Amino acid sequence: MSVTQHAKEIHEQFSDQLDVSVEEIEERLDTLINEYRIPADEARRSVVSNYLDETDMDRDDLGGGGNETVEVATIAEDEQWVDLRVTVADLWEPRSESISQVGLLGDGSGTIKFVAFETSELPELTEGESYALGNVVTDEYNGNYSVKLNRTTSITELDEEIEVGNDDVSVEGALVDMQSGSGLIKRCPEEDCTRVLQNGRCSEHGEVEGEFDLRIKGVLDDGEEVHEVIFDKEATERLTGTGLEEAKQMAMDALDTTVVADEMAAEIVGRYYRVTGPTFGRYVLANEMEQLGGADAEATLIRARSM
Amino acid sequence: MSSIPTREVARRAFAHEYNDASYTFKESDDERAPVYALLPTGERANRVFIVGTLTETEDIGEDSEYWRGRIVDPTGTFFTYAGQYQPEAASALRDIEPPAYVAVVGKPRTFETDDGDVNVSVRPESINVVDAETRDRWVVETADRTLDRIERFDAEGNEYGSMADEQYDLPLAEYKQAAVEALQSLEAEDGESDEPAKVET
Repeated sequence: MSVTQHAKEIHEQFSDQLDVSVEEIEERLDTLINEYRIPADEARRSVVSNYLDETDMDRDDLGGGGNETVEVATIAEDEQWVDLRVTVADLWEPRSESISQVGLLGDGSGTIKFVAFETSELPELTEGESYALGNVVTDEYNGNYSVKLNRTTSITELDEEIEVGNDDVSVEGALVDMQSGSGLIKRCPEEDCTRVLQNGRCSEHGEVEGEFDLRIKGVLDDGEEVHEVIFDKEATERLTGTGLEEAKQMAMDALDTTVVADEMAAEIVGRYYRVTGPTFGRYVLANEMEQLGGADAEATLIRARSM
Repeated sequence: MSSIPTREVARRAFAHEYNDASYTFKESDDERAPVYALLPTGERANRVFIVGTLTETEDIGEDSEYWRGRIVDPTGTFFTYAGQYQPEAASALRDIEPPAYVAVVGKPRTFETDDGDVNVSVRPESINVVDAETRDRWVVETADRTLDRIERFDAEGNEYGSMADEQYDLPLAEYKQAAVEALQSLEAEDGESDEPAKVET
């Protein structure tokens, strides 16, 4: 984007509130970019901040004056204002009253989490529908990116259907370890908090009456690389054949929750698995899994003999 | 991400090669730095994954329980020792009735015998009973990993290849031959093995 284009867009954003010409804006940008060697995005940010101060506006009040339309998988920076063309891939139950909608948006490149807040008073998105979303802001938490919808976000339903690409990965290997925090666990019941309790305590909310859940954090190792994998309640049940109710019963009979993890470890540690799912930080979330059986000795024999 | 210490990969090696891995080293002076055994085919191993037949267990402890297990693969025997500091593995060795296919995740350990030989064993992190299919898969995988190492042994920049060249005077062809024989032993078994394989859905 040229300096003039940036200037025009900024002009558009402030034309209602501020008497400033495109030329003036361009001059400011030009000084920053060409004299001070500041990257264009940063220069634009600085100029916009300046005008926000002058007009006493909030960044949230800014109109959607032409952001870049990006693919969700390319989002890799915090606090960027972008436009998206996406399909609502999934809607989740909001965990807090301040959130009106939360879920996954997808395009050809993959999916990204989105959050819309009650205070923004936006029309609701429908699962499976495709939209052009103008002026959403990116957010980062623990290396994972999401987008936040806000008061200035424009929502246009699209006639075309945006296809959601798959960003799942597949990893395989021997399950060589089940990490602590696996098996029958308790989570903090506080609103919007799902932290796993340690000795009945949540690191945020202190001593609480926890809610039981099943989870396995495992390590798949193929002899060359290790991958950490998380099995949620459903995946754990499919992997081990033990459901939440049965696990609670086991723990009650033994007066000890650790028996669940021990029994599960005996079932799965040392076996080979292939696990497929999205990545979350350094983990792969197991949506699909299969145990791997005997391998083809013939192919390796041919390889050995040809060496 | 870089702040999280990376977990050591569990290497795959047949018993024949593993028992030759008598040279150990550290890569830093830090007291807590990982100790590596040097595989003769040119790889460092701080952890191993083995699957074989547990053929014999014995409590050789004097004051407290100290279990020794013999785990056999198509090329030789792994020795594993578990005592009070490996309570789970020790109770596995106490409870499992040989013969049984077991998967062991563990750390290489060496000790020098009175006559100056160096014995290589496995200090287990976990021992679990597995099925014949898992064992077969391990044999093929271990053969593949062994061939990988032999293939890149002389490659430029293969630090552990040159280290193995320096520390051991062992013919690589022998390890390749062991891998071939291990694979052949699987082929020979085909069709006649009626080992009850546990089927997962």
